[in-house]
Amino acid sequence: MLYINCPHCGLRSQNEFAYGGDATVKRPELNKEISDQEWDNFVYLRKSPRGKHLELWHHISGCRQWIKVERDTSTHEIFKTYKANEAIE
Amino acid sequence: MPQDFRLDNVGMVNREKKISFKFNGKKYFGFEGDTIASALIANGVHLVGRSFKYHRPRGFFGVGVDEPYAILQLDRNNERDPNIRATEQEIFEGLEVKSVNCWPSVNFDIGAINNFLKMFFPAGFYYKTFMWPPSFWYKIYEPFIRMAAGFGEASIKHDKERYEHKYEYCDLLITGSGPSGLASAYAAAKNGARVILAEDKPRFGGSLLTSDVNIGNQTGVEWTEKIIAELKSMPNVTVKNRSQVFGYYDHNMLVMSERISDHLPKTQKYLPKQRLWYIRANEVLISSGSIERPLVFGNNDTPGVMLSSAAKEYMKVYGVLVGKKPLIFTNNDSGYETAIEFKKNGVNPIILDTRSNPSSDIITEAKNLNIEIKFSHVVVAAKGYKKVKSADIAKISDDKKELFNIENIECDCICVSGFWTPSIHLASQSGNKSKFNEKIDAFVPDKSKQQENTIGSANGIFTLEETIKDAFDKGFDVSNKITEKNNKVSVPTVVEKKSTDHDKFWCVPLPKGKSYKRFLDFQNDVAVSDIELALREGFRSIEHVKRYTTLGMATDQGKTSNLNGLQLVSDIENKVVPQVGHTTFRPPYTPVSIGAIVGREVGKHSKPTRKSPMHSWHEKNNAVFVDAGVWLRPRYYKQGNEGLFEASKREAKNVRQNVGVCDVTTLGKIDVKGPDAAEFLNRVYTNAWLKLPVGKARYGVMLREDGIVMDDGTTTRISENHYHMTTTTAQAANVLSHLEYYLQLVWPELNVNVVSTTEQWAGAAIAGPNSRKLLMKLFPNLDVSNEGLPFMGYKEADLFGVPAKIYRISFSGELAYEINVESDSGYFMWEKIMEVGKEFQIQPYGTEALSTLRIEMGHVAGSELDGRTIPYDASLEGLVSKKKDFIGKRSLNRSAFTSTDREKLVGVVPIDKTTSIPEGSYIVKDPKAKLPNPKLGHVSASCWSVEYDNPFSLAIIKDGKNMIGQKLFAMSPLKNKTIPVEIVSSHYVDPEGKRVRS
Ligand SMILES: [Zn+2]
Repeated sequence: MLYINCPHCGLRSQNEFAYGGDATVKRPELNKEISDQEWDNFVYLRKSPRGKHLELWHHISGCRQWIKVERDTSTHEIFKTYKANEAIE
Repeated sequence: MPQDFRLDNVGMVNREKKISFKFNGKKYFGFEGDTIASALIANGVHLVGRSFKYHRPRGFFGVGVDEPYAILQLDRNNERDPNIRATEQEIFEGLEVKSVNCWPSVNFDIGAINNFLKMFFPAGFYYKTFMWPPSFWYKIYEPFIRMAAGFGEASIKHDKERYEHKYEYCDLLITGSGPSGLASAYAAAKNGARVILAEDKPRFGGSLLTSDVNIGNQTGVEWTEKIIAELKSMPNVTVKNRSQVFGYYDHNMLVMSERISDHLPKTQKYLPKQRLWYIRANEVLISSGSIERPLVFGNNDTPGVMLSSAAKEYMKVYGVLVGKKPLIFTNNDSGYETAIEFKKNGVNPIILDTRSNPSSDIITEAKNLNIEIKFSHVVVAAKGYKKVKSADIAKISDDKKELFNIENIECDCICVSGFWTPSIHLASQSGNKSKFNEKIDAFVPDKSKQQENTIGSANGIFTLEETIKDAFDKGFDVSNKITEKNNKVSVPTVVEKKSTDHDKFWCVPLPKGKSYKRFLDFQNDVAVSDIELALREGFRSIEHVKRYTTLGMATDQGKTSNLNGLQLVSDIENKVVPQVGHTTFRPPYTPVSIGAIVGREVGKHSKPTRKSPMHSWHEKNNAVFVDAGVWLRPRYYKQGNEGLFEASKREAKNVRQNVGVCDVTTLGKIDVKGPDAAEFLNRVYTNAWLKLPVGKARYGVMLREDGIVMDDGTTTRISENHYHMTTTTAQAANVLSHLEYYLQLVWPELNVNVVSTTEQWAGAAIAGPNSRKLLMKLFPNLDVSNEGLPFMGYKEADLFGVPAKIYRISFSGELAYEINVESDSGYFMWEKIMEVGKEFQIQPYGTEALSTLRIEMGHVAGSELDGRTIPYDASLEGLVSKKKDFIGKRSLNRSAFTSTDREKLVGVVPIDKTTSIPEGSYIVKDPKAKLPNPKLGHVSASCWSVEYDNPFSLAIIKDGKNMIGQKLFAMSPLKNKTIPVEIVSSHYVDPEGKRVRS
């Protein structure tokens, strides 16, 4: 079970969190004219990298904040965690 | 009854307390502290089971977790427990165990015929033998295998025992209380670390219980007792026996199973049977020791052949002789310790040593005790069927290829020692890649992967002096890293006998003309010939060889067979063991009961049960409840002999004719607050929200980004910057996460906060033509006229002194209101509504009537908004704004969503007006069409219309609106029904919506 350092609460076990997918995906702005392909990429296409991956986790049984976690998908090593809108190094 | 094999005054069992138990129906006795194995051996019983494949007789091979043979079925307190290792289970008064994997009995086993048919059961026999013809599989092969195979029988009854889970954190977890575990625990604890020391056996000490050593001028046992007593007295230390750390998971999470009551006749009142510990440790020291390796020779699975260390432990710990004419077969000095122990207890052993001329302290001691030693000698084959009666022994050439002077000597047990295999399982599970140590012919842990270190013999350190010194150092080092303290304790002096090198020889060649089975894996019956065959057939990867032959795949996970198997493969392939590599170790290290894994989360504890504040009223009034997510909701209120159908019909009818009240507390409620709340709702919902005035509610639909409807509900503007959102019961949690996602990640610039208020409010929906009259009496000072409180209006008022919120919203399609009060006043509100409503013929209604009412009205719910529908499918196009952008809007343009043959919402009525249409039925044009019959859509919800007194259903079908008026068929192959139907509008009752506005 992963041990995730919530930037708001500290180290907590994985069972307090819900996984939220790729954190690098950016939602297209509202009312913006974009191509079907761009929208399709946003809604459906996700990379599944082996290795470092920036992902979203939701601390649902804690502070209820969405956080960003930089994790190695093959070793589960967690390098760093960020608040929702913290700049990513 | 005398115990022929029990020594006087030797061992650690409590001779004051006799315990009787039954094995295969026969009564035996042992002493407190005995295991089933030690007690049976004391009684001269060695035959306890049959092997898995050939059904050969099975005795005892080890003395602990490594035991491959003695797996029994236990009956305790009328509960069955399969797969109990006799070497671990302690006896208690009234214990009943029986053999498994034998039928009809352990002494006469029909499956033993497999032993004579063994030419037909080679490696891969499942793949080869039970292949063809296919019909044979169900009728002949499978029943045969099921009858003859398996390890015990799980109970089909509910397990009444309690199992608990515990979460624990520590600085240092130490897995095993042998010399290295004790030393490191002591050093770390004295340096202020929070330590958990776990021992799987009932007694602490590991090898110190049986070895003839001296630590700090004390015997191993005395030193163990002293250290344990001191550790137990320290507040920063937890010491646990009967506790197996079986799994090493990510981020230094380890799981330990503690057997709390397994050794007692009955679980004590306030204790569980077992407890599973989830331990998050800053550091781990793996001190799980090592397991003796078998030597391989003919018929080496005969009962009476066992590990020499096991024989020694039976003597020293249990005071039990495994035989009176022992043969010790060894390639190293460990066998001598066992021989000396036999000799001390008045038994004359013979040692066969594969080495030609070794010398060491311990060999000299054996010689001085006049123990007969035959160097360069091996056991060729054990003789005897149900128990060893003699052995063919021989002198072996220096190159270990030829046997000379084969002779038969009498013996009643053969104690084998093929040197030691470190238990690296936990280190390996942590991700540590092991490395091969040539000196000990075994794998040891390599570089640490997580925060773990391996110490003692688990790390391949086999001298006590080195073990103790290293463990004291490691205990200090890891604790120093955590506590930053420098309290170092001095390392005691150690006195032990020096031993010399072991012989790498491990597998005795077959004599000419003999084809003895030489077993590697004792639980799965994998012999040398099986591995040879697998390699001849082209299997190369050790992982493939393992799966093809089942080597190491039994419940003991090959604890005794693994290395010999690797050694054999490397010998045949002319490789060295590290080139072959080893198979992966996975948790659990030892079998764990399913009950312990599940813990308390069984039955009604498997998830929380949520009840509304009015729950006890519903109970008192004969409500029949239904699970709605984690909530319990009244499905209907039973009157007299009514069933679901009659009751729900009565309740729904009463709403249409008079007034009903429904508990709607379970609806999700979310407070949305902040200056940008209107803008936020405008982005979340498909319809327009910017102009909703204060004091007004609006129905809204929200989508996922892929355009699929996520949820619907009404949201009310309580004040300028405060909205009260409702969600469906099922989606409440998801909607909150969804809103938080957009507020925190996508639009952080919006100044809005959301919080769940589901549990803060109790809700009652009052619906029906009499509801306004009722409302006037409930709130006499409030203007509840159609002008004062119009449809979708909102008011706050006092309900007999309790502040209440009144929303004029309707799910039933009738004139209706929803009253919310703070949860603590919910029961009061409900009682008042019932009391005041009496004169208006009020009746409570449950979810079934609620469904009927909404289906008749064509209101969609979860069965239509099923994760596949877009707003257009559910007749919600009027709610989709063309002007503004919102979550998921862009997806609605996808060609699949705009296609004309999309399935859309309609109503369905059976032509005969009497046959109910099963939910899930397919709508088809031609019931007799060739299969697969083209499907137009499916029936999503069915009810008995109380308005028209005939069945009515909602369906989602292709080109829905244009199909209205068509005569089609509803087919349910499950219910074997084909019903002629007519497609009608989904708005079956009051299509203009006059009633809600009346
Ligand atoms: Zn948090």
